[in-house]
Amino acid sequence: MTPVNRNRLIALGALLFAGAGLGFIAFGNIGDNLVYYWSPSELLSNGDKAYTATIRLGGVVQPGSIQWNEGHTTLDFRVADGPDANAKSVHVRSLETPPQMFREKIGVVVEGTYDKAGIFTSNRLMVNHSNEYRAPKEGEEPRKWQDTLAEGATTATVTPPGAP
Amino acid sequence: MNKFVKFGLPVLTLALLGAGWWLGLAWAPPDREMGEVQRIMYVHVPLQWMAMLAMFINFVAAVTYLMRQSWKTDAMAEASAEIGLLFGTLGMITGSIWGRPTWGVYWSWDPRLTSEAILLVSYTGYLVLRRFVEDPEKRAVWSAVVAIIGAINLPIVWFSVRWWRSLHQVQSSPKTVDPQMVLPLRVSAFGMLALLILFMVHRYRIALAERQAEVALPEALPSDDPALRANHSSKVA
Repeated sequence: MTPVNRNRLIALGALLFAGAGLGFIAFGNIGDNLVYYWSPSELLSNGDKAYTATIRLGGVVQPGSIQWNEGHTTLDFRVADGPDANAKSVHVRSLETPPQMFREKIGVVVEGTYDKAGIFTSNRLMVNHSNEYRAPKEGEEPRKWQDTLAEGATTATVTPPGAP
Repeated sequence: MNKFVKFGLPVLTLALLGAGWWLGLAWAPPDREMGEVQRIMYVHVPLQWMAMLAMFINFVAAVTYLMRQSWKTDAMAEASAEIGLLFGTLGMITGSIWGRPTWGVYWSWDPRLTSEAILLVSYTGYLVLRRFVEDPEKRAVWSAVVAIIGAINLPIVWFSVRWWRSLHQVQSSPKTVDPQMVLPLRVSAFGMLALLILFMVHRYRIALAERQAEVALPEALPSDDPALRANHSSKVA
């Protein structure tokens, strides 16, 4: 075999191997076993499996569920399957300052543990961004993340009584 | 042609990048959700696009080399892999800087970020392999095989946000991005393309000169083998 033919055979072999590998990853359903996060309904339907390990839970912050406790600096909210009010949801408690974009109806991924009391204790709160980029609407202030962080810091400090 | 590469292309690159980034920083509105921090898009997205393009060129060059042996395609493969790795690494750094204020974390093992990390590691391995093999012909063939297999990461990275659940959002399109943001993004992407071409031309010339020197005068190049080096110096003495 001439070197040219040998190289062409090598190319064919490498291309076939690469194609097979790609096909396996694209159509081999490996995504079914390797998920980045569980949705609230998946977490609830997993029963005991959900209690022991550190897991990620992803969904939408349920409207009207955000509660900020100044005394304990805890943030409670519900992560739901979807934005509608009767979607399945899980109670999440976070102990850290949320990212600037945290608000109702935004996508979040939380990392932590789920206990038998039905509370998901998060030690990592991440906010999803959609693929939309829009200018602020007429008369609307764009969010400034420095301000939001500063605001998050001040809500935790208690104003001394009698302060102006 | 030489004059264009020496003067025209750098000027064009600087002008396009300058215009694109000026538009992005001063002319385009901030994003209503993310605010000013969204402007890093005009750096991050062009870097990632051009990294993907350079790595695709690497794949094409590798296949072409195996089909018809030529030092030109081998030099092209070396140049594109190095520049693709550079752009991809910078793209990952800018992405992680963007991630901290928006997602809340610099890094998470989400499918897009993980597949991108694997991509960068595989092109690092490709370049390491090239440095390890002394015989230029063997090096070209072996690295071409690695390049072809490594290239499967490109569609995986691209589709990772569609195939699997991820923290990273799916690709945007002009429909999901306001026109005042699309224009700076396009201009800076063309600026980054000009920078890619500029880097490619120079790196390709260096690689080709090295190949030709290796083939013409193998002994003239400095050797990595200490025994040979000692031998050589004793001859001089």
